[in-house]
Amino acid sequence: MNVLVYLDSADGRVKKPVYEAISYAKRLTQSSGGQVHGLVLGASDEADLKSLGKYGLDVAHHVDDARFSSFDSRAYTMAIGKFVEANPCTHVVFAFNHRGKALAPRVAARLDLTYVPGAMALPAEDGTVVRGVNSGKAFAHVKANKSGMVLAVTGNATELLNEEVEASISAFDAGLSDGDFAIKVVKVEKMGGGIILTEADRVVSAGRGLKGPENWAMIEELAGTLKAATACSRPVSDVGWRPHREHVGQTGTTVRPNLYFAIGISGAIQHLAGVNQSRTIVVINTDPEAPFFKAADYGIVGDAFDVVPKLNAALKAHFAA
Amino acid sequence: MNILVPVRKVPDTTAKIAFTPDGKSFDANGVQFVMNPTDEWYALVRAVELKESLGGTITLINIGGADNDQIIRKGLAIGGDDAVRIEGDDRDAHFCAKAISAYAKANAFDLIITGKEAIDDNGFQLAAMIAEFMDWPFISQATRLDVEGDVCHLSREIEGGHEDVEVSKPLVVSASKGMAEQRIPNMRGIMMARSKPLNVIQAEDSSVSSEVAKYALPPEKGDVKLIDADNIDELITLLKNEAKAI
Repeated sequence: MNVLVYLDSADGRVKKPVYEAISYAKRLTQSSGGQVHGLVLGASDEADLKSLGKYGLDVAHHVDDARFSSFDSRAYTMAIGKFVEANPCTHVVFAFNHRGKALAPRVAARLDLTYVPGAMALPAEDGTVVRGVNSGKAFAHVKANKSGMVLAVTGNATELLNEEVEASISAFDAGLSDGDFAIKVVKVEKMGGGIILTEADRVVSAGRGLKGPENWAMIEELAGTLKAATACSRPVSDVGWRPHREHVGQTGTTVRPNLYFAIGISGAIQHLAGVNQSRTIVVINTDPEAPFFKAADYGIVGDAFDVVPKLNAALKAHFAA
Repeated sequence: MNILVPVRKVPDTTAKIAFTPDGKSFDANGVQFVMNPTDEWYALVRAVELKESLGGTITLINIGGADNDQIIRKGLAIGGDDAVRIEGDDRDAHFCAKAISAYAKANAFDLIITGKEAIDDNGFQLAAMIAEFMDWPFISQATRLDVEGDVCHLSREIEGGHEDVEVSKPLVVSASKGMAEQRIPNMRGIMMARSKPLNVIQAEDSSVSSEVAKYALPPEKGDVKLIDADNIDELITLLKNEAKAI
């Protein structure tokens, strides 16, 4: 039983969440002795692809075709479909990131496989795969009705393998025509230098307790010290203090970092839904009755303007030691 | 321009989540249901705005039983022209996408737009599967959609930013925050919605791709450890030694 991993990439490098997808795929093959194949569409770097052997990748297949530089889920799905036709795989694994979310369901529909979005663990002995539903308030154990599965894997679903092997490299021609590419990217805007919220290991999030956008400097400083991404509550992005992309919660972005700081956020149920799968939650709030304390591991009842600078100094000293 | 808007019924964002004792289904007892927020606030409202400037029709499509009609009527009050409800269970996205695309193929639509995810399913899967069954381009997690003749101009979220894209109709779009602002239906809209057509049809293919063997609730969170604001070093020690987070 061979497994395919879609090697999502940007600027010619495979993205970090894919590493875990590779280790997940490797563990899927362990009972059957199959191989893990990876497919990268568009620009790639040979040394980068070889290094993925460390996480469990056996063969990296690259499709050198500049037309894949614009992400087009239809063309990408066709290419993945052609690959699976030529190299049969029972499972296809994706990272549950932006492209994974757009692409994996299409691939499942095309290949007529069961799709499990946001898989949180390897299949259990009964074959079911667990995933989060109801915004992290519950789990569903999904049973496949098809012969194989497409799995989009969340962070922390499995541990990274660390093997001293290189993946072998192979070229693949997807054979698409110009008419298969329909989407033209005209402009890309990325925030400069900061840590990407959806990929962040640590997140520093703040809410209305900060009283105004001019007070975010201390939040950014704290995030800088922690090498964390910044986030915010819904009211803060609604009034325009912070960009929409920072809105964490049920109708914004869901995050699953190892460490989540909530500063001046009361903890409305809709906000908690976006963060409750974080491994450790620290809450700083003036109101000891703030509902967020019930969802927190650690809490400080205090004024953010007093606590955050002290916390930042203490963390700086910790990391310098 | 004719737009199809799939809308889903979900538990209200504040609903307490519970399951039947066998763990097989959601316990709807005492739960208030609403239209999925990203379907309503972003996808449907943007469809209404596009119709207001370009003309055409908006058809709502939903999968479920007669108890979904109240939510569908709300969508008609916000600005849908007519609606279709497909009898069935909406838990398997593959089934839903197949049924919705079968309807879309039999009718002429320029655009299918729905919310990026359902807040009960969190799978981000319906729109992408519809796009595959239609064999149409798909823009996911779009924060802007403008239409100029045959060409659509969109912005979509990417890791750490967004990108602007162009693509010709027809296409499927999943909508994220930023696409539009929530609209509260007015009395006139509510009155008119009562007489708009809501047709109930049967799905041709009732097969499902997956089933939920059981649902489970997460373990109870332990009590919060409170740390004095004057004793920040204690927090650092706990984060380092207990949580192993720094």
